[in-house]
Amino acid sequence: MKIAVCVKAVPDASGGRRIDPGTRRLDRSGEPALSDYDTHPVEEALKLKEAVGDGEVVVVSMGPARALDALRKALAMGADRAVLVSDEALEGADLLATAKAIAGALERESADLVLFGQQSADGDGACLWAAVAERLRQPAISQVSELTVDGGSVTGKRQTEFGYDTIRAPLPAVVAVADSINTPRYPSLKGIMGAKKKPQETLSAADVGGAGESRTSVLALNPPPARGEGRRIEDDGSAADQIVAFLAERRLI
Amino acid sequence: MAGKTLVFLEHHEGAVQKGSLGVLAKAAQLGGEVHGVVAGAGVHALGEEAGRYGASTVWVADDERLAAPLPQPRVDVLASLVRAEGFDTVLFAQSVLAADVAAGLAARLDAGLNWDLVDLVEEGGALVGKRPALADSVLVDAGWTSQPRLALFRSGAFDAVETGGAAEVRDAAVELEDFSLRAEMVEQAHAEQQGPSIEDADVIVAGGRGLGEPAGFKLCEDLAQALGGAVAATRAVVDAGWYPYSAQVGQTGKTVSPKLYVAVGISGAIQHKVGMQGSGTIVAVNKDPNAPIFEFADLGVVGDLHQVLPKLTELVRARRS
Repeated sequence: MKIAVCVKAVPDASGGRRIDPGTRRLDRSGEPALSDYDTHPVEEALKLKEAVGDGEVVVVSMGPARALDALRKALAMGADRAVLVSDEALEGADLLATAKAIAGALERESADLVLFGQQSADGDGACLWAAVAERLRQPAISQVSELTVDGGSVTGKRQTEFGYDTIRAPLPAVVAVADSINTPRYPSLKGIMGAKKKPQETLSAADVGGAGESRTSVLALNPPPARGEGRRIEDDGSAADQIVAFLAERRLI
Repeated sequence: MAGKTLVFLEHHEGAVQKGSLGVLAKAAQLGGEVHGVVAGAGVHALGEEAGRYGASTVWVADDERLAAPLPQPRVDVLASLVRAEGFDTVLFAQSVLAADVAAGLAARLDAGLNWDLVDLVEEGGALVGKRPALADSVLVDAGWTSQPRLALFRSGAFDAVETGGAAEVRDAAVELEDFSLRAEMVEQAHAEQQGPSIEDADVIVAGGRGLGEPAGFKLCEDLAQALGGAVAATRAVVDAGWYPYSAQVGQTGKTVSPKLYVAVGISGAIQHKVGMQGSGTIVAVNKDPNAPIFEFADLGVVGDLHQVLPKLTELVRARRS
């Protein structure tokens, strides 16, 4: 079974993420790191491959050339290959342009199963998989917290606003997994040493069918609306009364 | 300026979701022609409800194949409708289902999608979406470079306001793609739930590690019941198995913006803050005077929640009875 895992390299959170006021894009000059959310689909892919006994796990990403450094963490965990779509024409790509590039890279792979993490760690996006599945014309299941592959189909259990869904789809399919699905392994020293030697391919926009057009734009950046100065009390036995008075004052009860 | 707007109306157990109605009310306020669309099986009756919240026309796609709340067949329905009727704007209220429908529709129509918006305004003759980003440290003005424009709003972004109108209910064409029907719902189990869900609640009482033990949630449940609200939890206590994931608020859970958020025994780490700082009023009870939650609470109470909460619940009950 061939599994493609779509991952994102994000600026290391420890440095604090910021938006470049000039480009109005996320400042990606810092050290790139594999998004924590994306270690979960990598782990799930490795578990599936180990359970089947053979197969291939390919990580697929889009980003600047140095994003390859971040993809190496997935290789160190045990993924077999990395494919990075990297092209100046794709800088600032929105959801639509990103979906086109990723789907283009996936079309070259023809994987049985495509996995995504539950959200991006920097842009808070949580729907790329649906746009990619649409472009691939494949069934999709999102927010999966329990995954089984059986013969030619994949079954995902998930939690929604209303309860628990069990959804099944024939392969090939696209599945986005929740971070509750597993605990990702740490790369072993041997894995880290071996990662650099694993195949790492960089594709241009032309290789994936050309750069798509972004249909959204960032017009301006503003400071968030400030909350008024809060009131603070120490409980001297009257806190409950004071809370009720405060709520009544704001017409909340 | 909004032109002709379509709002995706999500429904559950015979009622349109409050979040969808809130978005509908927002669309009506922006003006132009506002339609709604309901997709499901046996959902004709839902069409009329939407008229009261500002839709002049509600399209109903009624088909057995739409019975399960799966996104891909809904992309087919919306895509046909947008193409046939020439909508300029398509709006969604955040949910597991709506996010997938919105992104699938964006790819199908080659349309721009802005997500996680808290508002939509007209500025200089164009529609501008407001999106808090990077842990809400910056407010992004998001625009569209083509039409239709697609937008997905945060839970609780708008109040559902009745406008008292009546909608014309019309049948939408249901022509489904083969690949849209490949995913099938095998089983749907409903969570035991009393009172409103945290996405729909005007009042949320949320508990964290400071409750001390799983049984501590009883204090939150009692207060939530007295206030007519829902109970939420932090990631720490959900991970510890004290409360179900469906109630988790924060970066890896849900983003909520009720009118009142009562944080009980919650330190207010950034991961939790991003999920609830859009709340109208925040009241925090914590025994640690240095808890970060006090930096953004409207009313901060330094005290023992085991003392404060039972008394507060009692006072609220007395006031309401």
